[in-house]
Amino acid sequence: MGEHGNGDPQSDAVIRAGEGKSSGHAIDNPGLPPHRPRLADVDEKAAKRAERQVSALFLISIIGTVMFFVGYFVVGVTAGDLEMLRLQNTLLGLGVAFAMLGIGLGVVQWARALMPDHEVIEDRKPLRKEEDRAEAAATINEIVDETQIKRRPLLRNTLIGAALLAPLPALVVLRDLDRSEDFGVERMRHTIWEEGVRLVRDPTGTPIRAADLTVGSVVHVVPETLREISEHGERLAAKAKSVVLLIRMQPDDLAPVTGEQENWTYEGIIACSKVCTHVGCPVALYERQTHHLLCPCHQSTFDAAQQFKVIFGPAGRPLPQLPITVDDEGFLVARSDFTEPVGPTYWERG
Amino acid sequence: MSTQSLEPKYTEAQYSEVDQYQPATRTGRISNYVDQRVGGTGLVREFGRKVFPDHWTFMFGEVALYSFLITVVSGAFLTFWFDPSMASTQYEGSYAPMQGVEMSTAYATALELSFDVRGGLFMRQLHHWGALMFVMAMAVHMLRVFFTGAFRKPRELNWVVGCALLVAGLGAGFTGYSLPDEVLSGNGLRIIDGMLKAIPMVGTYISFFLFGGEFPGDEVIPRLYSLHIFVIPAVILILIAVHLFMVVVHKHTQYPGPGRTERNVVGYPIGPVYAAKAGGFLFVVFGVLALLAGLFQINALWNYGPYDPSPVQAGTQPDWYIGWFDGVLRLMPGSIGDISLEFVLPTPWGGNSVALPVLIPMIPIAVLLLGLFVWPFLEAWITGDKKEHHVLDRPRNAPGRTAFGMAMMVWYFVMWGAASSDLVAVQFSLSLNDVIIWLRVLFFLGPILAFIITKRICLALQRKDREIVLHGNEAGVIEMLPHGEFREKHNRVNDYELFTLVAYESPEVTPARPNAKGKVSLLEKSRAGLNRVFFEDRVAPVSREEYLEALSHDHHESSAALPAAASAQLESSKH
Repeated sequence: MGEHGNGDPQSDAVIRAGEGKSSGHAIDNPGLPPHRPRLADVDEKAAKRAERQVSALFLISIIGTVMFFVGYFVVGVTAGDLEMLRLQNTLLGLGVAFAMLGIGLGVVQWARALMPDHEVIEDRKPLRKEEDRAEAAATINEIVDETQIKRRPLLRNTLIGAALLAPLPALVVLRDLDRSEDFGVERMRHTIWEEGVRLVRDPTGTPIRAADLTVGSVVHVVPETLREISEHGERLAAKAKSVVLLIRMQPDDLAPVTGEQENWTYEGIIACSKVCTHVGCPVALYERQTHHLLCPCHQSTFDAAQQFKVIFGPAGRPLPQLPITVDDEGFLVARSDFTEPVGPTYWERG
Repeated sequence: MSTQSLEPKYTEAQYSEVDQYQPATRTGRISNYVDQRVGGTGLVREFGRKVFPDHWTFMFGEVALYSFLITVVSGAFLTFWFDPSMASTQYEGSYAPMQGVEMSTAYATALELSFDVRGGLFMRQLHHWGALMFVMAMAVHMLRVFFTGAFRKPRELNWVVGCALLVAGLGAGFTGYSLPDEVLSGNGLRIIDGMLKAIPMVGTYISFFLFGGEFPGDEVIPRLYSLHIFVIPAVILILIAVHLFMVVVHKHTQYPGPGRTERNVVGYPIGPVYAAKAGGFLFVVFGVLALLAGLFQINALWNYGPYDPSPVQAGTQPDWYIGWFDGVLRLMPGSIGDISLEFVLPTPWGGNSVALPVLIPMIPIAVLLLGLFVWPFLEAWITGDKKEHHVLDRPRNAPGRTAFGMAMMVWYFVMWGAASSDLVAVQFSLSLNDVIIWLRVLFFLGPILAFIITKRICLALQRKDREIVLHGNEAGVIEMLPHGEFREKHNRVNDYELFTLVAYESPEVTPARPNAKGKVSLLEKSRAGLNRVFFEDRVAPVSREEYLEALSHDHHESSAALPAAASAQLESSKH
C-alpha cells in the first residue's frame, strides 16, 4: 500500500457535498466502451443455435401445460387418499412451473442472444422547467384569489371547523364493532369459575377425583359449566379465560404460604390459569423434575412450587392461582373464581 | 373581463388530419382505431424506446411486483371456496383425522380447499409462497436501494411510498395468515390481542372492537377477511401505481461506469430488449413459485386442528416477516432482578397497569419502521447533500451509510433470530435461557460491532481500489530487474474500468456552523457529530495529480507498455 494508502485529504478530488462540483476525477469520462459483438451477431450458425434453444424452451412450456392436464384429469384422487393428492399436487406444480419457466426463460434467452445488445444513451430531462413552475404558481394564486378565501376569513374559519368535525362520524360509526351487552372492562375480571364448580377434563368433560391424580401429573381442565354455553363464540371466549392447569406435587415441595392462600391447594394439588400473563398464549409445557411451566410462545417460565412466580422470560406477573378443594364425593372443585383477572395485563387492570 | 376571442388555436386541417389517414397495414389499422379514440400513439412514441438501465440488482423490485400479481390471482381463486365465517360446523370432508370434529366454517372450508377442490392445495401453497416471496423481494429491493443510495434526491418520496408498501405487505401477510382459524394462527391472534391490551388507555378497547367483544369471539375472521381481500390489496395497488409512476418520472438510476453521467441514462430500450427481459421474468417468477408450491409443503394447516384457546404446539413460529415482532417480545425480560417491570400507576380512580415488558419491545420496532421512512431526509440533513443523484453509490464508497445499514440489519436479524430461540436451543442442544441471554447481549453489541467492522471493510476496499488505479492489478508474474531486484509485475487496467474506480464523490466532514445569530445550536452540533461519524474516516479518491504521477513513475521505471489512452493522457499533461 505504502504512502498512497489513504490519499491526500487536501487533494483536488475532495468534493464537498452540496457544492455541485462534479468533475475532478482522476480521468475524464471515457464514454461507452466499444461494442463487442456476440457470437450470434457474427456467426449465422450460432444465431441458428440460439433460435433452436429458444424454441426448445417454448416446447418445454407446452409439455408443462400438458403435464398440468395429466395431473388434473388423469390422476384420480379418491377421498382421503393423501398419496395421490401429493402426486397430483406435484404434477400440477411441475406442470405450471415448466409451462411458465419455458416461456420466461425462452423469451429472456431470445432477448439476450438475438435482440440487439447495443447500449443506448438517453439524456435525462430536467425534472421541471422554471417557467412551468412560475406559471403553475401564478395559476394557483389566481385560483386562490378567485375563491376570495383570503378576503373572507369567516368562510375560511367555518369551513375549517366543518371539515374537522365531518370525519368524526366515520370513527363513531365503528362503535358497534363490539355490541356485547356486558360491554366494558368489568367483564375481564370474571370467568365462569365459581364456588363448587367441578374441574373437568377437556374435551371429555369427566370430573377428577383428587385420589386419582398421581404425584407429578399435570392435567389440563375446564369448568364443568363450560359445555352449557351453546353459542360457539361465547364458549370460546369463556374457555379462553377459564382454562386451568392442575398439577399434583409432593405437598412438601410447595413453598409455604400464609393467609387465605393457605387453603387454595389440596394435598399438593395446585391449580393455575393456563393463560400466560405476558401476551396470553397457553402455558402448555410442564417439566416434572423442576416443576417449571414454560410458555412455548415466548418462553416465559413459571415455578409451580412458588405460586407460579416468573423465573425467566418476558412475563411480568405470576400465573393467577385458582383456589380449589374437593366436594362431598371427592371430586375437585373450585373454591371461588380467580381472585384477579387472568391473561395479559391491560391498562384498566389496576 | 376581456372579451374571449373565437379565433381557434388549431387549424381545421389539424382537427381533420386524424380522419385523412388511410391505414394500409394491420398495425396501421389497429393503431389508427385506438388513436382516433384515445390518442395512444403519443405514449408509444414516448415509451416505446425509452432507455432502461440493466443490472441484476434491479430485478428485486420486479420480483416483488410479479409475486404480488401472482398472489392476487391465486387469492381470487381461493375466495371462490373459502368462507370466512366463524360459525360452528362439523367437518364432513375427506380428511379422515378431522371427520366429525367441531370447527369454524373458515377452517372447514380451508380444509375443503386443500383436500376436496382439485388444484386447491396447489393454489393455497402458491398463494402462501407468493406472499412470502412478495415481502422478501420488497425487503431485498429496499436493501439494494438503501446501500446504493438510490433513495437520494429526487427519489425520497418514492422511498417513502416503498416503505408504505412494505408495511402494507406485512399487514396483508398477517391478515391472511390468520384466516384459516386453526391453532397456529389463532395463537398468533392471541399474541396480537395481548399486545393491543398492553397499549395504555385505548388498548383494551381496540381489542374489544377488533374482536367484537372479548377474545376470540366470532367476529374477527370475517373482519380480517375484509381487510385482507379488499382494503389492503386496494391500498397496495394504489401505492404500486404511484411507485411506478414516479419511476417513470425520475427515470431509473444507474451504477457508475464509463459513459454514465448524472445527466444521462445508459441501457437498453424498452422495446424490444427490456420489455422481453422484464416480461419474460414475470413468467420466470411464476415458474419458480409454482415449483415451490408443487414441491414444498407450506402451512400444513390440517395438522394443527381447529382453533381452541387451550392448546399450542411447542416450536411455534410466525411467518418469516413477522418473526422480528415475535423475537423482540422474547428478548425482553419481564423483570430485572426481583423487580417486575410491570407496575400499577397510582391514579385517583384506583390505579392503571403498565405492561412495560410488552411496551418496551415496541420501541425498537417503531424505531426501525419510522427510521426507514425518514432515512432519506435524515441522511440529507446529516450530509448536507442537496443535490440530485442519478448515479448510484458503490456501497464501499459510502462507508458511513453502508456501516449504518449493516448495523440496522444486524439489529433486525438479532430480533428475527430470537423468534427461533427455542428451535436453536433444541437443534444445538443449548440451554434455552442461554440462547436468549446471548441474543440480549447481541441486541446491544451486534449493531455496534457491525458498524465498526463494515466501515473498516469499506475503507479497506477503497484502499484496494486506489491501489489498482495507481499500480494496476497484480499480474502474478515476478520480474527480475537488471540490477537484480525482484518485483511483481502489475498490469494497468483500461480507462473504462479505471473510471468506475475513480468516479465517485468523497465528502469531507462539514463542521458545525453558527446560525444567523452567530450561535451554534444544539441541533447543529448533533448534526455535525453525526456528520463526523459518517465522514471522519475517509479514503480519498485518486486525484488527477496522483494518477499522473503514478503514470510517469511507471513510464520511467518500467518497460511495461502503457495503455494507449494512458500514454496519451500523460503526454498531454506534459504540454
